[in-house]
Amino acid sequence: MATQTQDLYGDDLGAPVFTASGGDWDQIAADAATLGEERIVVNMGPQHPSTHGVLRLVLELDGETVREARAGIGYLHTGIEKNMEFRTWTQGTTFCTRMDYLTPIFNEAAYCLAVEKLLGITDQIPQRASDIRVLMMELNRIGSHLICMGTGGMELGATTVMTIGFRERERILRFFEAVTGLRMNHAYIRPGGVAQDVPTEALDALEAELPDLRLGIRDLEKLLLENPVFKGRTVDVGHLDLTGCMALGVTGPILRSAGLPHDLRKVTPYCGYETYDFNVVTREGADAYDRACIRLEEMWESLKIAEQAIARLRASEGEPVMVADKKIAWPAQLSVGADGQGNSLDHIRNIMGESMESLIHHFKLVTEGFRVPPGQAYVGIESPKGELGVHVVSDGGTRPYRAHFRDPSFHNLQAASVLAEGGLVADVIVAVASIDPVMGGVDR
Amino acid sequence: MASEDTSNIPQSPTDDLPAEQTTDVAQAAGEPVVVARKRGMFGPADSGDTSGYGGLQREILFPGEATRPYGGWFDEVADLLEEATGSAYTEGVTVVIDRGEMTLQVDREHLLTIAQALRDEPGLRFELCLGVNGTHFPQMTGAELHAVNNFMSITHGGRRIRVETSCPDDDPHVPSLVELYPANDWHERETWDMFGIIFDGHPALTRILMPDDWPGHPQRKDYPLGGIPVEYKGATIPAPDTRRSYS
Repeated sequence: MATQTQDLYGDDLGAPVFTASGGDWDQIAADAATLGEERIVVNMGPQHPSTHGVLRLVLELDGETVREARAGIGYLHTGIEKNMEFRTWTQGTTFCTRMDYLTPIFNEAAYCLAVEKLLGITDQIPQRASDIRVLMMELNRIGSHLICMGTGGMELGATTVMTIGFRERERILRFFEAVTGLRMNHAYIRPGGVAQDVPTEALDALEAELPDLRLGIRDLEKLLLENPVFKGRTVDVGHLDLTGCMALGVTGPILRSAGLPHDLRKVTPYCGYETYDFNVVTREGADAYDRACIRLEEMWESLKIAEQAIARLRASEGEPVMVADKKIAWPAQLSVGADGQGNSLDHIRNIMGESMESLIHHFKLVTEGFRVPPGQAYVGIESPKGELGVHVVSDGGTRPYRAHFRDPSFHNLQAASVLAEGGLVADVIVAVASIDPVMGGVDR
Repeated sequence: MASEDTSNIPQSPTDDLPAEQTTDVAQAAGEPVVVARKRGMFGPADSGDTSGYGGLQREILFPGEATRPYGGWFDEVADLLEEATGSAYTEGVTVVIDRGEMTLQVDREHLLTIAQALRDEPGLRFELCLGVNGTHFPQMTGAELHAVNNFMSITHGGRRIRVETSCPDDDPHVPSLVELYPANDWHERETWDMFGIIFDGHPALTRILMPDDWPGHPQRKDYPLGGIPVEYKGATIPAPDTRRSYS
């Protein structure tokens, strides 16, 4: 029973509908051939292994050529922005870190930079906190690009590319776990600074891992860049020139693959990026292959920045990582305990046994939160996928009045139709993979 | 216990007083704008007023119209925009400078003229549209819904500008920018989906994140968050929207 002409309620569907359940392609092809139709509409997803999460693509096919492509999203909408309006400003980091789950550090950093702008404390953030943010962001950028290359390779049938990508990312996640206590969803960057200092041992472990990480990225390059199969699938596929990029407001590697060196780390530096030495990678081909090349090269640039950040962190050991204003700085002290990380026992002893005022302060700041002066602010940072913008509005209360995330995946996915139309159906997968959309960020 | 007079104790921090029609009142330049009035000074609203400050009334002030000179490149942009759009600028644009950001509050009748000039004038050239986003201010009678567009100029070294347009709740129409900036397509659909702002001229203004047949617009302030109480180790933790909140 693969062919239907009526829906569940007995209404005419207007055209025969075939439902594929796997293993029945011969029959569907034979049935479809009897119709003698030139154009068919294929519904790809929302659950399809090559759609980067629950993305639905509606493709109108003429033979194997895509005539029209439409993306349907919203399957992963979780109402994070609405939920943030019912939590304190600090609790907001715990929510927004879950949006684009491959770039949690960027979500937190963008949100915290926006809150700090509202508070007017942008230039009071300690240098060490900014350096930690830069280190974490650049490592996260490598991790995100590794996943993009890995899953992109898997969608072409290259499982080794995928295993290398995930294996190398694990080195970064180990460092994140040592610093924040979690592999993902860190809630590590907080308004005013970071939740706690980077332990020296974690830096040592990271430096010990970096040579292997370099080898892994080199492996990926060797596997992909001159691979005839990879080049055959990606060169001139998903073409979007500079005019198209500007009209669609596309940013990130897609824009840079069209030749424009637009990188917010250079254009409107934040967290002290203007003091780091790195290059903006661009290519001219404007296709899926060049976007892959850009991502691979950006990993090397990120490694350059990460090394500079490590050197600075070694030099600034012991300096504060939270803003000095005690009305904003999160009062809790964390430490490594037998069961991982938790509240520092010394801190609890102090507030419970010795200082009533500290206890009150701790209690009020944690339960009630700090107040943010009324107004609105927008901050955009360069996430691995493009401009991640945060627009926050405060009404002077302890909770965000409105927090909106301009997620680059959401924005860039608009280009999926342009990238796919006119190409072959097999190239749709390459084109969508070259956008690197993460549905957690698209739907929020 | 004798019943106390509780009329001056707010039931919740969102139990705001009416903003008393602040939007139509001509504001002197530089004067902050009242967007809401709240009761109480601090503390939760659901317990007795032990502080004695529960009867206080506060105004929530947003930064008002800026006075010249604006500083930096803001003056240059304002001059060029006035030159290019003439009466649309003098009648329909209010400039607000706050926290180093420039906001143009544009009347919806003039939005397309202003956006066209922002995109096309060589000296302005805000070629990158970063999408629209809604904000709901139920207290601002006559301007409850705001559509906030962010633009960036790559040509002029990463200048950012914000264009804010408001519309009343009973006539939630704002012109669509998709003709000028195709990039705004999905953002306008999201803002319609979440706030119910109708973007006139959008080619296919349908829901994008919520299901097609969803009733209501979830990001509006009058739309409940929902949630259920959770029991943990014998204690019951109320749903987020019914937890204690602070004014």
